[in-house]
Amino acid sequence: MPKRPAGTSASPASLRAEPLTAETLAAESSKAALRRQRQRWQGPRRSGVQRRLWPWLLLAPGLIWLLGLYGLPLLALVPLSLSEPLSRFGLETVFSGRVANYLEVLQAYGPILARSLGYAVVATALGLLLAYPLAFAIRFRGGRWQPLLIGLVVLPSLSSYLVRAIAWTSLLGDQGPVLALVSALGLTGPLDALGVLRDGRLLNTATAVILGLTNNLLPFLVLPLVVAMERIDHRLLEAAADLHAGPWRCFVQVVWPLSRPGLAAGILLSLIPAAGDLVNPLILGGPNERMIANTIENLLLVQMQAPRAAALTLVLMALITVAVLLQLRGRGLEELPLP
Amino acid sequence: MNRIGSVLLGLASALAFGLLYAPVVVMVLFSFNAPRGRFNLVWQGFTLENWRQPLRDAALSEAFLTSLGLALAATLLAVLLGGLMALALERARFRGRRSIELLLALPLTNPEIVLATALLNLFVGVDLPRGPLTLLLSHSLFCLSYAALTLKARLAGFDSTLELAAQDLGAPPLQAFCRVTLPLLVPGLLAAALLSFSLSFDDYVVSSFTAGEIVTLPLYLAGAFQREISPQIQVLSSLVLLVSAALLALASPFRQGRP
Repeated sequence: MPKRPAGTSASPASLRAEPLTAETLAAESSKAALRRQRQRWQGPRRSGVQRRLWPWLLLAPGLIWLLGLYGLPLLALVPLSLSEPLSRFGLETVFSGRVANYLEVLQAYGPILARSLGYAVVATALGLLLAYPLAFAIRFRGGRWQPLLIGLVVLPSLSSYLVRAIAWTSLLGDQGPVLALVSALGLTGPLDALGVLRDGRLLNTATAVILGLTNNLLPFLVLPLVVAMERIDHRLLEAAADLHAGPWRCFVQVVWPLSRPGLAAGILLSLIPAAGDLVNPLILGGPNERMIANTIENLLLVQMQAPRAAALTLVLMALITVAVLLQLRGRGLEELPLP
Repeated sequence: MNRIGSVLLGLASALAFGLLYAPVVVMVLFSFNAPRGRFNLVWQGFTLENWRQPLRDAALSEAFLTSLGLALAATLLAVLLGGLMALALERARFRGRRSIELLLALPLTNPEIVLATALLNLFVGVDLPRGPLTLLLSHSLFCLSYAALTLKARLAGFDSTLELAAQDLGAPPLQAFCRVTLPLLVPGLLAAALLSFSLSFDDYVVSSFTAGEIVTLPLYLAGAFQREISPQIQVLSSLVLLVSAALLALASPFRQGRP
């Protein structure tokens, strides 16, 4: 435990041992409002030039990293996407202003792009159906078990997602328990007709890939939702109850609207990695379930078609950016309750 | 909510935990399997043999150590650079803050494959052979974003009057920072480090583009899926999970009281 300096009475949240309850949260948030008013610290007491310079000194190393390794290389993808390969066997290219790259890429890989976004959307929707009730239960029914439950949500994502995907192949395989259960229930025929199974199998189907994706993204949906729900002032819920709102109405008019920022954050944190996933389609899907990241990898590392890979990457990036802007709708990223 | 609501709530929560833990349980279970053939993917029978020599698979152990070292180095770099950035962004007003925050958020708002493509083309463009250096640069980059954003959030919820109080009591700014701010930031630093470490340790996409001849644990696992899944993979993964659970339990007292 850090020593508290003498002469201060404020007790920061980190020093508390109290459990996380609505009461302590409310007290904390009203303190936070006060704190915010006197927040911006003016920097070390130094001359004007020094005061303007010091943030940039702190920022410099990180900025060099970010600009040199991401910002500029990202910009460099634009001319690359308009180039042609010099030879068939190298990654060297020459700029030729070839816009046709984009048309060819969209024509050839448009369906895979649509499939990737489709899988990501379905996996996120499926995840939400489970994550929202779970977050609600953790926040409103969790009581003193809340920290433990949050830990249990996080824990699986600390094990390798490749090993988890490999474990799914045991579960979903032809001799696995899931198919055994399905056939014992006599559901093989109907599920085949619905397209959930293919010829009585689960591996190498869209279902398997989507299950793998949902498993990966579930914690990223739950955590922002819990954070958003924790921010709901318990007095609002009491007021709603005092005004004779039933539990259902209380949910619709108070909890749901106030959990929307958590929903937005969760969707972003799930949709983006899911759309660009490489591992689940590789291990759980067949050739017909390949996603856009597999295509980009193939173009770059196997076919040596760097310009087309760059064009495809930029198309993906543009689509994701549009989705992000639609989700945020004018909100800043920092307003989202990121865990 | 009424009884039906409660039942539905419980059911959905149970399903969610079931989906989360199904592969984890299978992973641990199969570390006790006695497989026939090269692929430990179908249940045959219980054995403790695999746990007797967790490191029997030399290539696997080497990949594990490579990933461990890489994740440690990347975390160190990321927390250092990210911490400095977070401090500047949270404690100073200056022009360009918004743009820098946007730049920091890029790795979060883009799929990893975008970063991987950009990095590969950069390394090819500047003729840097792919290997340990490119791997470390790539990992430290995406860890940097997550570390900086985590620490920034912690700093935002931090009572800077404590630091001012220390200065009022005669501590020079640097001493006030080291004696007051830094100790209070330890939980945040730990959280950022844990996040960076687990991101780097588990990274496949960026590594597969920038590793060259180096084999990290995820790269080894992807290759093993084509060649041979030895039970040692599940043993090692279960051990990693055990250590993660312990770390999570240790870190959780710090999390209390901070939503």
